[in-house]
Amino acid sequence: MNALRKRLWGAVAYGRRNPKLLSGVGLILALVLFWSIGSLLVSPTRAEPLAGLPSQSPSWQYLLGTDSHGRDLLAVIMVGTGFTLRIGLSAGAIGLGIGMILGFLSGYYGGLLDTVIKGAADVLLTLPLLAVLVVVVAMMPGVISLNVMILVVASLSWMLPTRAIRAQVLTMRERAYIQVARLSGMNNLEVIVKELMPNLLPYLAACFVGATAGAVLASIGLEALGLGPQHLPTLGMTIYWAISYAAMLRGMWWWWAPPAVIIALLFVGLFLLTAGLDEIANPRLRRGM
Amino acid sequence: MTLDYLLKRLGFFVLVVWAAATLIFLLPRLASERNPILERMGRTAAAAGVISEGLDEMVKEWEAKFGLDQPLWRQYLYYLRDMLHLDFGYSLAYYPAKVLDQVTRALPWTIGLFGMATLISFVLGSFGGALLAWPKAPRFLQYFLPLFLTLSAVPYYLLGLVLLFLFAFTTRIFPLSGGYSVAVVPSLSFPFILDILRHSVLPGLAMVLAGVGFWALQMRGMMVLGLEEDYITFAEAKGLGGKRIFFRYALRNVLLPQVTSFALSLGMAISGAILVEVVFGYPGLGTLLLKAVSGFDYNLINGVVFIIIIIIAVATLLVDLLYPWLDPRITYRRGMR
Repeated sequence: MNALRKRLWGAVAYGRRNPKLLSGVGLILALVLFWSIGSLLVSPTRAEPLAGLPSQSPSWQYLLGTDSHGRDLLAVIMVGTGFTLRIGLSAGAIGLGIGMILGFLSGYYGGLLDTVIKGAADVLLTLPLLAVLVVVVAMMPGVISLNVMILVVASLSWMLPTRAIRAQVLTMRERAYIQVARLSGMNNLEVIVKELMPNLLPYLAACFVGATAGAVLASIGLEALGLGPQHLPTLGMTIYWAISYAAMLRGMWWWWAPPAVIIALLFVGLFLLTAGLDEIANPRLRRGM
Repeated sequence: MTLDYLLKRLGFFVLVVWAAATLIFLLPRLASERNPILERMGRTAAAAGVISEGLDEMVKEWEAKFGLDQPLWRQYLYYLRDMLHLDFGYSLAYYPAKVLDQVTRALPWTIGLFGMATLISFVLGSFGGALLAWPKAPRFLQYFLPLFLTLSAVPYYLLGLVLLFLFAFTTRIFPLSGGYSVAVVPSLSFPFILDILRHSVLPGLAMVLAGVGFWALQMRGMMVLGLEEDYITFAEAKGLGGKRIFFRYALRNVLLPQVTSFALSLGMAISGAILVEVVFGYPGLGTLLLKAVSGFDYNLINGVVFIIIIIIAVATLLVDLLYPWLDPRITYRRGMR
């Protein structure tokens, strides 16, 4: 118990020295709370069409008004925050997973494998990925489900983690402690898992946040073009409906502004997290700030 | 710049375009067994209110015409040949319009808006970031950085929505949507150009505001390191003026990595630009893509996406070819270093 308290205090003390990390974590936690508490207080069915009167401006009955289909927008952004977080985190995790496997393979073993993996990542990184994803999703049969969305977005979010991890592994591979581990009889897998991974933790965390941000950006971008889960009120789909029903021209600011604010908060939170993690991973940055 | 470097760079260009073409051919076919022609015909038949009995034969006929009854590898070769000739076939939703014609009509709008906006944000951001690291720069600049950094985290099109609300819907200073006024006849006259500019201000501003912070942060970081170099101390010791040290010694040297990341960022930036166009109804490739998606116009989607990929590949190539011109140290001769 005492040890736990000490660790907690240690974390808080570090947070005060790294305000970016602290505020990033705070923002993301606030969004998670908004979603979880929100879904306790407001029934998710209120986010479905015909849950209320259509096109109502904000009032005591509908705190954020309703859209042209009668969805209660407060419920929509609460439920939508959850969906968007889920897409981002799952796709980010898959992207990091693929990136770790490829990055370790490429950096640790080198050779032809390295050339192929690095080449593929480099080529894909210069492509406008949103455009490629548009083709894939547009050809999907039927209604797109949340899981399909996650897989599609994850399929192209592994390149940055791969490159970052590969670069780190390359610098670590020849260090003395790795040599010692190898000489003491560890096999390659053990070296990777027991020696390399723990040293890479801050990088892996930064990669995860980066991949998540990329996945959210891609998924919301696709959704804003109408290429998302059409029957789910994700944040991006809400923007799409608002644009295609000319919410702006009709003065229905409560339709597009709340999802836009939540998306903006999410991105600022992820950005602060990345900056904060960078400071842990690159101590050199600490001086200048 | 030697032939060697040029060939290598052109090789990478070809590789990127080939990989992109292969991806957009293969990924949809891996993802689903969908038959776009059958669906398209089914939709047309349903719209006409007739359940046509000969639908299956018609689909077969069309498949033979488009080579869809061939094995996959042969389809792939045909596809590569068509892409090489920029032949995307006919638009399905706007038949008999050809996809290429529609794309070339939208292309100048996107290149103009996207090109100008990314250039302005790159130049402004890099210059501002360099000044932030410069000890003699005015202090008030420091207060702008957090604001622009926050803006750079937010997707372009959300900023676009806010600008649209503030400056077009509420105050009506700028037009709400489109590339030029409906009542104006397109011509190469001064009023028309002014009209185009007026329509481009808000979408352009959205991209610039969101882009500046990113470039400023990166430039400041490199400038801080660059100012510690010995040649700066030497220049100061020689008694050179501040302006000369800033531009000729500090800025020029740290500009190089900045240009590299400019080339790398283009792919990301155009994804944002596509969505800005959608928000503003700007008549470029983004809006065309939205039209293609909502009309289930697969040929048009393919064409627009392929052209976007080509634009980015060409732009990256051009920036890379600029590199030796910017950096006097590099001559790209084999065996140097």
